[in-house]
Amino acid sequence: MDVVVCVKQVPDTEQPIRVRADGSGIDEQGLNWILNYYDEHAVEEALRVRERHGGTVTVVCVGPPRATEALRTALAMGADEAVHVWDPALEGADHLGVSRVLAEVVRRMPHDLVLCGRLATDDNASVVGAALAEYLGLAQATAIAKLEIGDGVATVEREVEGGVEVLRVPLPAVFTVERTINEPRYPTLPGIMKAKRKEIRTLSLQDLGLDPAQVGAAAARVRYARFDPPPRREAGRVVTPESPEEGARLIAQFLQDTAKVL
Amino acid sequence: MGYDVWVVADHAADSPRRITLELLGKGRELADTTGGLLVAVVLGHGLAELAERLGEYGADRVLHVEHPHLATYSTEAYTQVLADLVQGRSPGLVLLPSTAWGRDCAPRVAARLGAGIATDVEDLWVEEGRLLARRPMYTRKVMGTVEYVGGGPHLAVVLPKVFSPAGRQQGRTAEVERVAVEVAPPKVELVETRSLQRERVSLTEAEIIVSGGRGLRGPENFALLDQLAAELGAAVGSSRPPVDSGWVPHDYEIGQTGKTVSPTVYIAVGISGAPQHLAGMSGSKYIVAINKDPNAPIFQVATLGVVGDLFQIVPKLTEEVRRLKAQA
Ligand SMILES: Cc1cc2nc3c(=O)[nH]c(=O)nc-3n(C[C@H](O)[C@H](O)[C@H](O)COP(=O)(O)OP(=O)(O)OC[C@H]3O[C@@H](n4cnc5c(N)ncnc54)[C@H](O)[C@@H]3O)c2cc1C
Ligand SMILES: Nc1ncnc2c1ncn2[C@@H]1O[C@H](COP(=O)(O)O)[C@@H](O)[C@H]1O
Repeated sequence: MDVVVCVKQVPDTEQPIRVRADGSGIDEQGLNWILNYYDEHAVEEALRVRERHGGTVTVVCVGPPRATEALRTALAMGADEAVHVWDPALEGADHLGVSRVLAEVVRRMPHDLVLCGRLATDDNASVVGAALAEYLGLAQATAIAKLEIGDGVATVEREVEGGVEVLRVPLPAVFTVERTINEPRYPTLPGIMKAKRKEIRTLSLQDLGLDPAQVGAAAARVRYARFDPPPRREAGRVVTPESPEEGARLIAQFLQDTAKVL
Repeated sequence: MGYDVWVVADHAADSPRRITLELLGKGRELADTTGGLLVAVVLGHGLAELAERLGEYGADRVLHVEHPHLATYSTEAYTQVLADLVQGRSPGLVLLPSTAWGRDCAPRVAARLGAGIATDVEDLWVEEGRLLARRPMYTRKVMGTVEYVGGGPHLAVVLPKVFSPAGRQQGRTAEVERVAVEVAPPKVELVETRSLQRERVSLTEAEIIVSGGRGLRGPENFALLDQLAAELGAAVGSSRPPVDSGWVPHDYEIGQTGKTVSPTVYIAVGISGAPQHLAGMSGSKYIVAINKDPNAPIFQVATLGVVGDLFQIVPKLTEEVRRLKAQA
């Protein structure tokens, strides 16, 4: 099983995220950049597939030079190879552009399985996995919570409204993973040391035979017009009631009189 | 302008789901702005009656696609049918529900058509001829405004419960067009759908959500919330620790790694209000919090915060609600 995992580097949202005063973007000063949370789960799942079925795990990232750190994290977890793609023309590319770049990378390497995260916690798009599957012409299943590899086919489970779908998907295929699929391992010290020495292969758009005008900002069908801090919620009322009965009464009255749901 | 706005319908048990009515409500407003038609698209099997009914909710036309291979959702069939329809008829804007299937196929349709797509959309408007969509990002610490560039079709995957549902206009009808399609049997096989036995309403559609956190201390105590929810006709959700501890299934989870909900009332019980939790529920109209710690961050977003012991307050609240309902 040769597994390709697409990974993105994102700012750690545990920390404050501030919008620039002119609304043009977020203030990158002091941000801590990490491997996208869901991509840790994708890397973990790839490693488990390799442990059970043999093969290789290759991680691929499209992003500015700092994004190689996310690849190092994946290597430290145990991935075999890492590929980094960047071109200044990709600044402002939309998700379809990024997906087309990823498709070109994946196409050039053996792939029985392509894994992505369910979403990237920076833009919360949930677009890249399915778009990548389309460009590769492969079957897909999104937000899977379970993966079992059989002979040329994978059985996966995905949560849908009110239930769980079980799908049999012919391989190769693209899956995006839900967090419940596994518990990611921590990189070990030897893993980290080894990852430091590993070479990260860098590819340019030219290497991939892609025209920047067709995948970069110039080709984007959506762009961000502006960013704003979320609307402030009006300050509410916090009360410490004399008794549980009084607390209950206050809430019930609120539901009846203000929210009008009773 | 003058472009058409499409709404891809979601349905359950032969009825349009609430999100469909919400999309029709917003779609009507947008179509009136663009000067085009509001078109509802119905995919499935045995849905002729449903298709007829959508005129009552504001659709000018209904494209009704019937095929046995569309009876259950599959990425391949839905992508093919939707992409072909959009390609052939060039609507300006296509609204899809942010449901498991909507999120699965919309990006694939966009990729096939080379169409601009925005997901998790919470607002959508036309400004100086530009179509703009607002959506939460970075754990809802930022709101982004997306501009669609160039001509349509543009795709918007819209969150439930952010737009008001279209009202029913009895007797209003739409022109229903039956669209014939060829659909290959999907290569991905749906083996089964196991239903999670949750009665009542789903979290994303619920008007009231009662949600429990680590403060509940154990699975057995979720019965307190079930009783309150039964009285209120509410759905029960949770923060992440109850899921991680196995007290409740994963589909209860609300927040960054769970569901995004925007009910009329969200009652947070024994939940501290971490940013990752707020990411999933701070779009609620009213937030009620019960927490014994007066400094819990949840109180900063609560419309009504009550400081106290949940084990004492919740049973009393259930009683009080029962009493008020009996009076009404
Ligand atoms: C990448 C990432 C993603 C995450 N995604 C999510 C997510 O999607 N959803 C989510 O919820 N969390 C998420 N988390 C976890 C989040 O950071 C918090 O840890 C979590 O929300 C805390 O849950 P809690 O409020 O139930 O528990 P706690 O923070 O432990 O709060 C428990 C609260 O209960 C109160 N309490 C205790 N006993 C009582 C009592 N008897 N009566 C009244 N009040 C009482 C306490 O005062 C306290 O405020 C995520 C974390 C990470 C790192
Ligand atoms: N720039 C990127 N490089 C590599 N993988 C990416 C990139 N952007 C998104 N992905 C993958 O697609 C998933 C979903 O991202 P998104 O569609 O942006 O929410 C991520 O979890 C990654 O697996």
